[in-house]
Amino acid sequence: MYETNFHKVATAQEAAALLNTSEDGKILAGGQTLIPTMKQRLANPTDVIDLSGAADLSGITIAGDQITIGAMTPHAEVAGHAGLAALCPSICKLAANIGDPAVRHRGTIGGSLANNDPAADYPAAALALNARIHTTSREIAADDFFEGMFTTALEEDEIITAVSFTAPAKGGYGKFPNPASRYAMAGVFVAKSAEGSVRVAVTGASEDGVYRHDALEAALSTDWSASAVDGVEISSDGLLSDLHGNAEYRANLIKVMAKRALG
Amino acid sequence: MSEGIGARVLRKEDKRFITGKGRYTDDIIEANQAYAAFVRSPHAHARIVSLDTSAALAMEGVETVLTGPELVADGIGNIICGWGITSKDGTPMNMGAWSALATEKVRYVGDAVAIVVADSKSQAQLAAEAVVVTYEELPVVVGSVEALAPNAPKIHDNAPGNVIFDWEIGDLAPTDAALASAAHVTEMEITNNRLAPNPMEPRSAIATFNEAEDHYTLYTTSQNPHVARLVLSAFYNVAPEHKLRVIAPDVGGGFGSKIYIYPEEIACLWASMKSGRSVKWTSDRTEAFLTDAQGRDHVTTAKIGFDNEGKIVGLKVNTKANLGAYMSLFSSAVPTYLYATLLSGQYDIANIYCDVQAVYTNTVPVDAYRGAGRPEACYVVERIMETAAREMGMDPAELRAKNFVRSFPHQTPVIMAYDSGDFDANLKQAQAAADVSGFAARKAEAASRGKLRGMGYSNYIEACGIAPSAAVGSLGAGVGLWESAEVRVNPVGTIEILTGSHSHGQGHETTFAQIVAERFDLPTENIQIVHGDTDKVQFGMGTYGSRSGAVGMSAIVKAMDKVEAKVKKIAAHVLEAGEDDIVIEGGAVKVAGTDKQMLWHEVGLAAYTAHNIPEGMEPGLKESAFYDPTNFTFPAGCYICEVEVDPETGVTEVVQFVASDDFGTIINPMIVEGQVHGGIAQGIGQAMLENVVYDAAGQQLSASYMDYAMPRADDLPNYSVHHASTTCPGNPLGMKGCGEAGAIGSPPAVINAITDAIGNNNLSMPATPSAVWAALQDVSQKLAAE
Ligand SMILES: Cc1cc2nc3c(=O)[nH]c(=O)nc-3n(C[C@H](O)[C@H](O)[C@H](O)COP(=O)(O)OP(=O)(O)OC[C@H]3O[C@@H](n4cnc5c(N)ncnc54)[C@H](O)[C@@H]3O)c2cc1C
Repeated sequence: MYETNFHKVATAQEAAALLNTSEDGKILAGGQTLIPTMKQRLANPTDVIDLSGAADLSGITIAGDQITIGAMTPHAEVAGHAGLAALCPSICKLAANIGDPAVRHRGTIGGSLANNDPAADYPAAALALNARIHTTSREIAADDFFEGMFTTALEEDEIITAVSFTAPAKGGYGKFPNPASRYAMAGVFVAKSAEGSVRVAVTGASEDGVYRHDALEAALSTDWSASAVDGVEISSDGLLSDLHGNAEYRANLIKVMAKRALG
Repeated sequence: MSEGIGARVLRKEDKRFITGKGRYTDDIIEANQAYAAFVRSPHAHARIVSLDTSAALAMEGVETVLTGPELVADGIGNIICGWGITSKDGTPMNMGAWSALATEKVRYVGDAVAIVVADSKSQAQLAAEAVVVTYEELPVVVGSVEALAPNAPKIHDNAPGNVIFDWEIGDLAPTDAALASAAHVTEMEITNNRLAPNPMEPRSAIATFNEAEDHYTLYTTSQNPHVARLVLSAFYNVAPEHKLRVIAPDVGGGFGSKIYIYPEEIACLWASMKSGRSVKWTSDRTEAFLTDAQGRDHVTTAKIGFDNEGKIVGLKVNTKANLGAYMSLFSSAVPTYLYATLLSGQYDIANIYCDVQAVYTNTVPVDAYRGAGRPEACYVVERIMETAAREMGMDPAELRAKNFVRSFPHQTPVIMAYDSGDFDANLKQAQAAADVSGFAARKAEAASRGKLRGMGYSNYIEACGIAPSAAVGSLGAGVGLWESAEVRVNPVGTIEILTGSHSHGQGHETTFAQIVAERFDLPTENIQIVHGDTDKVQFGMGTYGSRSGAVGMSAIVKAMDKVEAKVKKIAAHVLEAGEDDIVIEGGAVKVAGTDKQMLWHEVGLAAYTAHNIPEGMEPGLKESAFYDPTNFTFPAGCYICEVEVDPETGVTEVVQFVASDDFGTIINPMIVEGQVHGGIAQGIGQAMLENVVYDAAGQQLSASYMDYAMPRADDLPNYSVHHASTTCPGNPLGMKGCGEAGAIGSPPAVINAITDAIGNNNLSMPATPSAVWAALQDVSQKLAAE
């Protein structure tokens, strides 16, 4: 690890200010991505700004069918939250299958969304649930937030403070873990809103990171069932091919995971 | 005695390991310690055009930066392979020069070109990044088949066509004739995937040159510190043996990868002399992937012929073995004498021929990895036997049993003379434990859940207890493979055993104590096992090839024979009885049939006070022995694997794994079961998960746990482990060895089971979900076409 300046802040605004003034500052949330990257000398921030002391960023609030999850909320808390499980069990299940217990107790939803790893789980949930990403300067719709592998709409000095969404009428997540990393090789989040609109987001499979699957959305809009998924031709165009599986295999996984997401 | 042979004594060493009190190389701190970082090639094949260390040298905390040409100028010798192999045409193998720090060329990603020594690790790493190396990139080749192609890039000047050797064993003409006359011939292409060893503790070294005494001390992660010292002295010219102490303290796993002497240890020793500092280096996980000797990597074609009755008439094998960019210490022996000599399997085969082309590629050097050659042989034999049974419509167990060797000794056509075994007993026991007769019902039940269930056998045999020195010498080994031991009975009667076998996970501190407890009827707490330090232990050839029991313990037994004889002489003298009437039991040395006795410690004290010992006897009670085995030992067994495949995803679950092994005498069943469990875990890892993958530019795509899939607990079944033992006639305890069997025997059982489940035999390791799914697509396409 290269030498760096460490700052611990009490609020997100304080962090944003520091980000703005530092030469190449980085936010430290759970550190489950940033710290290994720094240890491998692949990242060399001048300043590391630790959000763990920002109490206002952590926790889950529920108001009716409106759910807000603070950016610093660790995966384990999402996985184990009874109120959330009653409204949107699929996101609890998703969180419960991220990494291992150590990762789930450190890693945060804000860090996961900001990082936008193409194989991460939360981006699929955020996109399918039509979530709103709250930051220190604005609110961004999920549709506008994810901009391809490891890229988001966040400005240099913008910090995610929370994620909010409306509980879906129906939802589910099917994940096929990479045998080595256990990140998603294909993760499909399906959600149907109370009004009946269907959104399907796919992570892990595409060269461009998380995306909405139009054909699956169309099929499930008319018929919320596995047999509807069976009828969809999943194209392998633009899907990842790597040592763990080629694009054809990933296309197959999208179909199978979509069916399993339906329950 | 409750702690003697056969007792499930808990591991004495575990207290320090599980309480964090182990002392590993990286835990050693020397007063004048500095840290090394290596400048490594980012290219798989390149000429070094220039190397500028000036900026690095000027950096804060930097003690020195040293390069290949300086190392060569100081007379540090090239790294050698210690086993000479002769090609078919009588020429010796083509060993390319391997300097600890590259001089003109780099040949794999990670090849070291300079060592930086600085006050802190961080300073050393920063300075290493400031060393400016200009490379002229050269074309790269990573696969053995591609390296043998006519216009392949040339890696070493003295290895035309990248061929290290083209070696053969057995008789070609009779084998060809037998195959030509066979009623059925099965032919297969079989690849054995490359593996990264991944011991939990990465490699580490701390070297200290004491100028006043002109003496070096090296702490290092070694499975064989004496061999390290020998090679460092005799070949690398670091220091003569009496001026070099090598200590391998607690070592966290090796699996073969810590047998060899690597560039880093040599460079740290030399840099300590140059800088006057203690120089420490500890590999990180990425460096481990880039530099630890890897395993396997064979591409094989095999042909086996049967007569009308299913009796094997001949086996012909060609293997291309990828040895990487340089020849590591035992690399040449692995795909030859540790491989082709086991191609007879458990079967009576009159004609076998095998030839092996070993080749250079721009990849990490390949050497012995748990099993070393024998897993590759077992995989060839057991895959082709299962395949042949399917082709001939025979029960795979029946075909095997029809061909079993049943009388011993049995001379195979490929050097080995099997000394003992009962292959039927292990087959039957495994079949009973696996409830083979219930398989059809289980398969039907799985089908009702949408799962494909399959079963596969592997009847492995391997050769352990390496090895008779004269025999291996005649085959090209540069060393003898005996073992030594010293038994020291202290004046208070406690015992220290000094052994040349090194323990790095095997539990020697427990099992070695058990054989002493058994012999002298003492509690194991009175017995200390000392190993891993060239200043303490007389000599030793180290731990690999499952040799610590069969060879290392045999040396202890020989030394104990001498101690026992002396104890009896002393007791007979003191108790005024005949030596033949003396018995050792219950912590005492007695005159049989009388109440006359000395307590064990009284004999020890008598030996050291020497007030009353037989006339002419030397005082003291300490004996040593060197034991040279007379033959290899031959552990063998039957493994039966059952899997369930999810046809939608290709995900395969090992739902049952049965092992029945013949290890000869078992000292501690708990430790033996642990060795089998770990071995099978590695075998399942190879069969289903692990794979070192290079891209065309020679970059390892799998150089972290993000992409290299190590087996986790939930990838593995509960094992059903059994024994049907025959005593090994070749050593005093009747032991065969158990350290590698699991890793050797299990991969073909797994792949035979998966291919049985999916109805497609065309499947390579690792059988990842995507590979299994692709094989299933081939099946459905074939069905659709029909
Ligand atoms: C062994 C292991 C296994 C894992 N498995 C999975 C898995 O299966 N599925 C999965 O989805 N993930 C997985 N992860 C990732 C992990 O769960 C975290 O989600 C991820 O590391 C990011 O969260 P973090 O809180 O650790 O962020 P950090 O590592 O602290 O930060 C990551 C990046 O996001 C930025 N950042 C962090 N918080 C904010 C914020 N509030 N606003 C703006 N920028 C911010 C940082 O500056 C940094 O660039 C795994 C990680 C590990 C180590």
